[in-house]
Order: sequence, then C-alpha cells, then structure tokens
Amino acid sequence: MHSSNPRNIAVSVHNLSKQFDGFTAVDRINFEVKKGEIFGFLGPNGAGKSTTIRMLCGILPPTSGEGKVAGLDIHTQREQIKWQIGYMSQKFSLYEDLTVEENINFYSGIYQIEEDTLRRRKEWVIEMAGLQRHRGSLTRVLSGGWRQRLALGCALLHEPSILFLDEPTSGVDPISRRQFWDLIYELTGRGVTVFVTTHYMDEAEYCDRLGMIYDGKLVALGTPEELKKEFMKETVLEVSCEQPMKAMAVIQNLAAVKEVTLFGNHLHAVVPDARTAHKAIQLVLSENAIKLSRLEKISPALEDVFVSLIEAQGKATATGGEGA
Amino acid sequence: MNLRRLAAVAKKECLHILRDPRSLYISIALPMMLLLLYGYALTLDVDRVPMVIWDQSETTESRELISRFTGSRYFTAQSFVSSYKEIEHSIDTRQALAALIIPTEFAQLLGGGEPTPVQLIVDGTDANTATLALGYAQVVALIYSQEIILQKVRQLRGQVLTVPLDVRARAWFNPDLESKNYIIPGLIAVIMMVISALLTSLTVAREWETGTMEQLISTPVKGPELITGKLIPYIFLGLLDVLLAVLMGEYLFHVPLRGNVALLFTMATVFLAGSMSLGMMISIVTKSQMVASQAAIVVTFLPSFLLSGFIFAISNMPTVIQWGTYLIPARYFITLLKGIYLKGIGLEVLALEAVLLVLFGVIVVLLANYKFKRKLV
Ligand SMILES: Nc1ncnc2c1ncn2[C@@H]1O[C@H](COP(=O)(O)OP(=O)(O)OP(=O)(O)O)[C@@H](O)[C@H]1O
Ligand SMILES: [Mg+2]
Repeated sequence: MHSSNPRNIAVSVHNLSKQFDGFTAVDRINFEVKKGEIFGFLGPNGAGKSTTIRMLCGILPPTSGEGKVAGLDIHTQREQIKWQIGYMSQKFSLYEDLTVEENINFYSGIYQIEEDTLRRRKEWVIEMAGLQRHRGSLTRVLSGGWRQRLALGCALLHEPSILFLDEPTSGVDPISRRQFWDLIYELTGRGVTVFVTTHYMDEAEYCDRLGMIYDGKLVALGTPEELKKEFMKETVLEVSCEQPMKAMAVIQNLAAVKEVTLFGNHLHAVVPDARTAHKAIQLVLSENAIKLSRLEKISPALEDVFVSLIEAQGKATATGGEGA
Repeated sequence: MNLRRLAAVAKKECLHILRDPRSLYISIALPMMLLLLYGYALTLDVDRVPMVIWDQSETTESRELISRFTGSRYFTAQSFVSSYKEIEHSIDTRQALAALIIPTEFAQLLGGGEPTPVQLIVDGTDANTATLALGYAQVVALIYSQEIILQKVRQLRGQVLTVPLDVRARAWFNPDLESKNYIIPGLIAVIMMVISALLTSLTVAREWETGTMEQLISTPVKGPELITGKLIPYIFLGLLDVLLAVLMGEYLFHVPLRGNVALLFTMATVFLAGSMSLGMMISIVTKSQMVASQAAIVVTFLPSFLLSGFIFAISNMPTVIQWGTYLIPARYFITLLKGIYLKGIGLEVLALEAVLLVLFGVIVVLLANYKFKRKLV
C-alpha cells in the first residue's frame, strides 16, 4: 500500500484490532480512504464490518492499533470525531413513535443546528427523502425506502464530511436502492467521503475502491477492476444448461475445473485453462445426457472474486489449523 | 452540559410518554389503583371488635361498664357467656376477638374506692388487632373511671362540680386512632418509589433494544444530557402522581394534610429524582426492558414495604437491619410525609431526613452517569 498525502486522506487505520472477551472480531487491518471517494467494505456475515465502522465512529474503543478519522485520533478524540461524521447503523435507528419532522427536530437539537440554518436543512432533508407529504406521519408507518432516506437525512443534518453507512440498503426494494445510490453519488460530488458496507455485489461495483474483510482480516484492497485482475488469474466459464444442479455435481469432479458455483440458473466454472476445460465440460455433459445451451468465457464478476478469495482463505485457515 | 441538547432529549422523551399508552397507564392508572387497593386493604382500623362478655358481677355498675364498651364504635357484644371454656371456644372459632370479664366483687370494689380489676382477653394471633383492641379498651375504661371519680367528688361535696381536669385519652397526631392517617402517607411513598423506578427502568433499555442508543452514541450528545433530559419529563409525571395521590388522600380517605404543601412537593421532587435515577441506572446496566422492569420492582417494592418503617417500626428491628434501613430512600420520604401530613412540622425538625434524601438522589444520579460511561467502553 502506498502512503499518500495525509491531507487527502479521510480515514486511515493501522493494525486496527478489536477483541470481545478473547474473540478477535477485527484482526490488525490496514487501509486508507481518500477524501471524496466511495469506499466499499465487503464481507460475509460476522466478518467484522460493523465492528470496524463502530470503532471508526467512536462507538466502540479499539483493542489495539491506530486509526484516524478526518485527521482525528480514534482513541483520544472520539468526541471531536462525532461532529465530523454521519453514521447510519445497520439497524433502522430513528424513533418510530415520532413523526418525520419530530425526528429531524430531535437530531437538529442534538447537533445544535442554528435556528437560521435549521429550516433550510430540514427542507433539504425532507425534499431529499421525498417526504414532503409525510412530514407529520409517524416514522413507524413509512415504507423501507423512505425510512432509510430519512435516516440518511438525519445523519446528514450537520453536514458531516465523512459518512459511514452500515448496510444501508438491506431490505429495500431495487428502485429505492437505485435512488439511494444516486443520492450517494450526489454527496460525493460535493466532496463528502462515503464509507459503506454491503452484501450486494452490484453495489460493490459502484464503489471507487473496495476492501474485502473475512474472519476479521482484510483479504483484499483495491478498485473493482484491480481486484478482478489481481485475484482472478483463472478464467471463468459460464455454463447454461438443463438440470444445473446435476451438471454442477458432474462438472465439479473434472480435473480441468477448479471450482463451480451456481449463479441463478447458470453455472460459473473457474478453470486454469479455458480450452481444456471447455472440451471436458462439453464431453461430461453429453455423457450425462444434460442438454448444454451455452458455454462461454466471461469476464469475472466481483462475486467470483469474492467467492474465490473466501475459498482460498478458508483453505489457508484449514491447512494452517492442521499444521499447528 | 449543553441546554439545547438537554432540551431536545427532554422534548423527545415527552413525546415518547404521550405516544405510549403503556407508560401512561403505568404512570397514572397504576398508582391510583394501588393506592385504592392497598388504601382500603391496609387500613388497620378495627371497627367493632366482636367481644364476648362474662359479667360475674351482674350489678348496675357492671352493666354500665358493658354499655360503655358496646356503646363505643370499637366493640360490639357478640354474646354473654359464663365460663372460660365458652370464651376459649368463641375465640378459637373466631366468633369473638376479645373477651371482657367483670369480677363478682366489681361493684363493691368500685364503691370502696379501690383499684378495680377488669380482665380483657384478646386474640393475640392477630397482633395488630390485639394491640389496637387493647388500646381502645384502655380509652373506654379511662373515660369511665374519670366519670366515676367525678361522681364521687360530687356526692362528697353535695354540689354540682365542673370537671377540673378534662382527662381525655388522646393519641397524638392521630386523635381518632385512625390507622389510615399513617397508612396513606406511607403508602404514597412506597407506591411512588416502585412506580418511579419502574417507569424510568424502561427508557434507556428501550433505546438499547431498538438500536437508537447506538445512533445516539455516534452523536455529540453526552451521558449527563441524556440522563437528565430523560429524567425531566418523568419527574413531572411523578409529581402529577403525587398530586393525584394527595387529592385521593384528601377526598377519598379523608387524611388531613396539616403541613406545608410546597414543602411536600419539594421533598417529593427530590425523592423522585433519586428513585427515578435508580430506575435509570437499572436500565443502563441491564440493557433489556424485561430484565430492567423486573429488577426495578424487586429492588424497590419489598425493601420499601418492609424496611422503611411503613409496616414495621424500625426501632423494633434487629440492629443490623436497622442500619440497612438507612439505604432505603422510602424510609426518609415516609418520615417526611408523615411529619408533614400528621404533625404539620417543617424542615426545622425534618432537616436530617431531607438532607439524607438529597444525598441519596445525588449519589444515584452520579452512579447512573458513571455506569452509562462504563457501558460505552
Ligand atoms: N458486542 C459484541 N460482543 C461480542 N461479540 C461481538 C460483539 N459485536 C460483534 N461481535 C462478534 O464479532 C463478529 C463480527 O461482528 P460484526 O457485527 O462486525 O460482523 P458484520 O461483518 O457486520 O456482520 P453482518 O454482515 O452480519 O452485519 C461476529 O462474530 C460477532 O458475533
Ligand atoms: Mg454488520
């Protein structure tokens, strides 16, 4: 990792770790997030994404390691950091028994927003969230997309320079997700740095840079393109055929195929050599009387990168465990 | 502490209270129901103690004494008997709670100017009733004695006399020996202790459960702002309860409020701040509404009920337990309330209790803040 000019850095962490009663949730991770960039944090459930975000937001004190957010130390300057950041936690966390406006008023009070800017900020939030006709509705009755945009608005009331979003779009319909990402682009256009965790691979593609975390360890870091190039040296063949489950079982046993995963009703086969594998797959499918409709080389999706990284990591831990 | 943030928290908390029917029920209906229920159940007055009478004397004088007993509202004649066996039987079967035995020589002794023994047997299995019945009997006997003395003096002098000394048996501060007069103020204290801790025990735990606490921690709001902001609306709610309780005491139970009302409400505010902070602290530590509300009831109800001097006199407790009662804030509040209610006394007498109550409040508020800080680490 190359160190850049510290003035352009919004977040940097060095050997950051968090332990809960001896269990390591985040294990000596290192990365930097540049100002104005969208940094995506990817990882399976329990990988340590939320724990990392909570340490950066001053909610959890780290066990060891260093970290800076907006140039402020996460050990000693937690209170100052809170003025610089906006945070949307993984769980919806506005008051459901308060109306839209009451929630906004509450957070405006907490952030001590001046009387004259208050009205402007409030209108901005309501308009941004598309809640003009629901100012007086209890938050409880709002649909997922609205709630999530309102939560975003409340986190932006004090115009923070860095925004931390923990799985902001989980449980939201595709159109609302799209609108949400449009908002995020708009914010970064104004210089806001966005640190976002997600499970959705399509969302990961929208990010400027990505970090992949698995089992508390950062296993990859780079732009989506870099990750695909660096970590997918093998080729991916997409197999469209009948009986995909059965096909998967037979293809798995081929020596020419490293691994197979099911993507919708296609199969993705990771192969070291495309031509050998191509022939072998055609042969084994016809032997098993499975009708093949299409077999071609595709550029790997992030999901392939993700899956192969995790599998590689899983094998490494397994052999490491045997060795110990 | 920033006032703007404090106000934001207090306002938000008010809205929660107004929108949550459960908290309104706990805070308004429940204390009134408890006061009604316990107020009537615990009023220890023994009206018309059923009594059997063994009149061995059967004279005008003895019948006069009997009519003094049965004529008072404290005793009713259940039946006349003529042996200890019968007395034993009627007490065993609980037909009577007391027995009056007038000896054969009653009239003679009375005429001779000697102290005249009359036997009263009470059912000691109900210690409370027994004590009260004995007390009533003494009052009845005393008044009768006084009249006899007067009569004698009159006969001797042969002229009508006014009473030089109007000896009237009188229990101080509670002239009609009505137990409700000391039960109701004590009950108000115990109920307020439980309700106030219960109410606030839910607030912080609810924010942990819904995840809003996590959001709050990421904002610049400070622990003391959050705790104080949450306390303010609940203290007002608590004072409303005290007001309702005082009104019920006045108009339903007819307990006279002799002392200073302003002092009563000032002390109530201090007491509420302490007990509500206690609830808040429980909420902070447990992080769960279920656990917090149960803990709040356990921690407040029995100690306030048993160790505050409400039911059992503290001076009768073993020394170790007497020391323990200093930890029970209801103890001070009960002393204050009874003092203000029945004796009409003020801070000049109750200063110690007031100071200790303030001390309790301060310690618990500080402890709640400290616990909150620790929870965030
Ligand atoms: N307060 C805590 N005490 C103990 N263990 C915890 C605590 N918070 C998190 N963990 C554990 O740390 C690990 C990482 O949790 P974390 O919430 O950071 O995962 P995540 O990547 O956000 O997962 P998800 O996608 O499910 O949100 C998990 O195994 C979790 O059980
Ligand atoms: Mg998470």
